[in-house]
Amino acid sequence: MSSADPAGGGTGSTTATEDRQQALLEDLTTRLGDAVVGSHIRSSDLWVRVRPDAWLRAARECKAMGFEYFCYLSGIDWLPHTWPNPKVIEGVLPDADDEAALPVDENAVEEVEVEEPAAGGGIVTGYAGGDTRFQVLARLYSTIRHIGVTLKADLDDVTPSIDSWTSEFPGADWCERETWEMYGFDFAGHPNLIKLYLPGEFEGFPMRKDFPLLAREVKPWPGLVDVEQFPASYKSDD
Amino acid sequence: MAVTDQQRLSYIASQAADARLAVELQTEEMTLNLGPQHPATHGTLRIVAKLDGEQVVKADVICGYMHRGYEKLTEVRTYPQINTLINRIDWLSSFANEVPFILAAEDLMEIEAPPRAQWIRTLLFELSRIANITLFIGEMGVQLGAITPVFFAFRDREYVLNLIEEATGGRFHPNFDRIGGLKDDLPKGWIAETKQAMDRIRGYCDELENLLMGNEIFEARTRGVGVIPADVGLSYGLSGANIRASGVDWDLRRDAPSPLAWKELDWKVWTHPDGDSFARYWVRLQETREATKMVDQLLDGLPSGPIQAKVPRIIKVPAGEAWAHTENPLGEMGYYVVSQGGLGPFRVKIRSASFHNISIVPWLLKGVYVPDIITILSSLYFILGDIDR
Repeated sequence: MSSADPAGGGTGSTTATEDRQQALLEDLTTRLGDAVVGSHIRSSDLWVRVRPDAWLRAARECKAMGFEYFCYLSGIDWLPHTWPNPKVIEGVLPDADDEAALPVDENAVEEVEVEEPAAGGGIVTGYAGGDTRFQVLARLYSTIRHIGVTLKADLDDVTPSIDSWTSEFPGADWCERETWEMYGFDFAGHPNLIKLYLPGEFEGFPMRKDFPLLAREVKPWPGLVDVEQFPASYKSDD
Repeated sequence: MAVTDQQRLSYIASQAADARLAVELQTEEMTLNLGPQHPATHGTLRIVAKLDGEQVVKADVICGYMHRGYEKLTEVRTYPQINTLINRIDWLSSFANEVPFILAAEDLMEIEAPPRAQWIRTLLFELSRIANITLFIGEMGVQLGAITPVFFAFRDREYVLNLIEEATGGRFHPNFDRIGGLKDDLPKGWIAETKQAMDRIRGYCDELENLLMGNEIFEARTRGVGVIPADVGLSYGLSGANIRASGVDWDLRRDAPSPLAWKELDWKVWTHPDGDSFARYWVRLQETREATKMVDQLLDGLPSGPIQAKVPRIIKVPAGEAWAHTENPLGEMGYYVVSQGGLGPFRVKIRSASFHNISIVPWLLKGVYVPDIITILSSLYFILGDIDR
């Protein structure tokens, strides 16, 4: 097959892609019903947030629709993170602190406005919204239709747990093991939930935002300022 | 009649002999440990295989010996700093790692690099692909007992690495891609040199095709070994040449919208219907050849103009989420970047190809013979940094 693809390049194709994504979203909504709680379309991707109890059903429906390629599965912790530390960048960069905690812009969240859960305030979730601190996200792709969808689901703050996808996509096995050890999400029905990367005795969930990166606490390199002073004779080019 | 000591002793001896016989007849499961340091693992991957005689009953892959926590580290770095980090994911084609991340950041910032920058990006991307896959083509031979190909591979890869070094300053880790363009333009005389090197690489491909493809031993050890059906491969997330060797006609360079210059070139996506180790080798060899043709076309059609779009001196990325993926030498590589507006990303999910390509190994190794473990591992072709991140 040659490279001559009529849909490639130009501004016209972007809208064509968005039309296809819109059609796909409608198809998904009819299949999943009220399990779809949020959605978003932006440039080249489609985000769909489903109810956590419909997570496995969403995978099944997507597979039936031809999304046979499992791209990835991972988690996200929406607790605000403290870097770049405003104290570090203060005085170094002009007008840096006024945008340090910039919220998601208005058109980003379509469906649900964010409410503050018990675990901590100031949580700003991303596309397709979210009600909780933790979310699981996964991406599926159709190698025939050349279109992908990113699925999200909310997880409980205290005991994050969701159905495993391993029965539908065996490739989810390792991804779920990684997410389990890094975020502490439990995947119900996973056949072999053991550590993938971390040593067996490791405690804590390193990818959570409240897990400190100790190396950066001790020495803020590589930060925005040079920790070690240049010699007095040094002249910068700027 | 009382039982004498001699009778008792002979009874015990016969019992012991029976027991020994039973032990010898029953095939005991044996555990074979492969790695973490093994030439076939390209780094530190460990495979624990349970064997029944010569056959693998169960194989576990243990990784993480090189896990560097890049996803966590990206959260404490600015976007230009992350560029240095992600060079080290797939270290044989570092420039190709940078491109999707920069594309994701550019997508969020809504800027686009000028055409010349996109063409040079494509050029360096394809050169990285050649540098990566030439090594595979040679190394697959050495895993199967042919020493010569790997010397050829290192000899000819050097020409490509020299080109990358001349253009970017780094042999392995160029760190050359920038948000909105490139660090620098191409040096003088580089285009002529590149054309010569591409001739050399094509010669190398022919040479290897003569050396290995028709070789009886090579065919016997690769044909029909490690067959992956297309649907199984897709559900495991296999991508790149591994899935194209199972007959799936899918290449992100052709099938995904991308600002890079692939759509403007005349080239072909190679597939193979067999899905075995031989098919994977064959597809990669054709891809290398195809890449040299693409480089030639890119050199001929290189547009003039600036190489950097206007970007602020301090890069701040507006809030949003972006997914960018490209067809890297090992398969689909993508970055899911979540920004909440600031100097660094809020979360970066790195989707690396080898991680998913290797996750099929426990399924694939079931029932194969011990020597085929090496064939299958080397034909899947992974880089440890790309698994462990």
